[in-house]
Amino acid sequence: MLPMATKWHSFHRSPEAEVAVRVETEDFDIAAEVRTLRSGNPKIGAVACFIGLVRDVNENATVAEMTLEHYPAMTRKALNGIVEEAKQRWDILDVLVVHRVGTLKPMDQIVLVVVASAHRGAAFAACEFIVDYLKTRAPFWKKEQTNKGTRWVEARDSDDDAAQRWN
Amino acid sequence: MLNLVYFARLREALGLDSEEVPLPHGVQNVESLTQWLRKRGKVWDSEFAPGKRVRVAVNLEIAEEATRVADGDEVAFFPPVTGG
Repeated sequence: MLPMATKWHSFHRSPEAEVAVRVETEDFDIAAEVRTLRSGNPKIGAVACFIGLVRDVNENATVAEMTLEHYPAMTRKALNGIVEEAKQRWDILDVLVVHRVGTLKPMDQIVLVVVASAHRGAAFAACEFIVDYLKTRAPFWKKEQTNKGTRWVEARDSDDDAAQRWN
Repeated sequence: MLNLVYFARLREALGLDSEEVPLPHGVQNVESLTQWLRKRGKVWDSEFAPGKRVRVAVNLEIAEEATRVADGDEVAFFPPVTGG
């Protein structure tokens, strides 16, 4: 099994919203991604973006490098399910989720969530919802190489609390 | 057969990423499968102890203790997720 090398694309289309979910090792360019997502759709009046980044210090240790692994078949299903739920809760036009796997360094981009809607309220809310659910339901795991050794990152209760807010 | 897969810290602790096993006699759900795995030895018993908060997915969906397990299923075991 080589979870790091896995790359796949999933495009789900419906009349209401277009959704793209990608997991890949390469970095992403937010401007290019937003440009592609907006392209040719004059109904979009608001775009909300979230970018998750690798921090240099975590739990009192200096992080040199981080390795992300995932469960490819389930990741795709989980991310599509989360986006589907967001579409049911808010009136949104487009969603893009890009999550990187493999080896990353401090300041590297890890995850991108972009939500487009007619008005800002739905875009802001759906974007936050997708990130909160992704952090507790999508099967990714981080392993850090730090000055105190190599360790698996522990799940945070605060992430569970953040996801619970939406129930 | 059951396809069992293990991820992250659990995969390293068990020294195993996946395996195929015949559906064990008496195993009907996640709870009984976990009990069966714990009998494999010390590491298994300790890694699947309730305090370890092992998460389970059956056929790519998050499962509960009562989730049914049947021949041909893929059952994944992993620690709480830490993506994003």
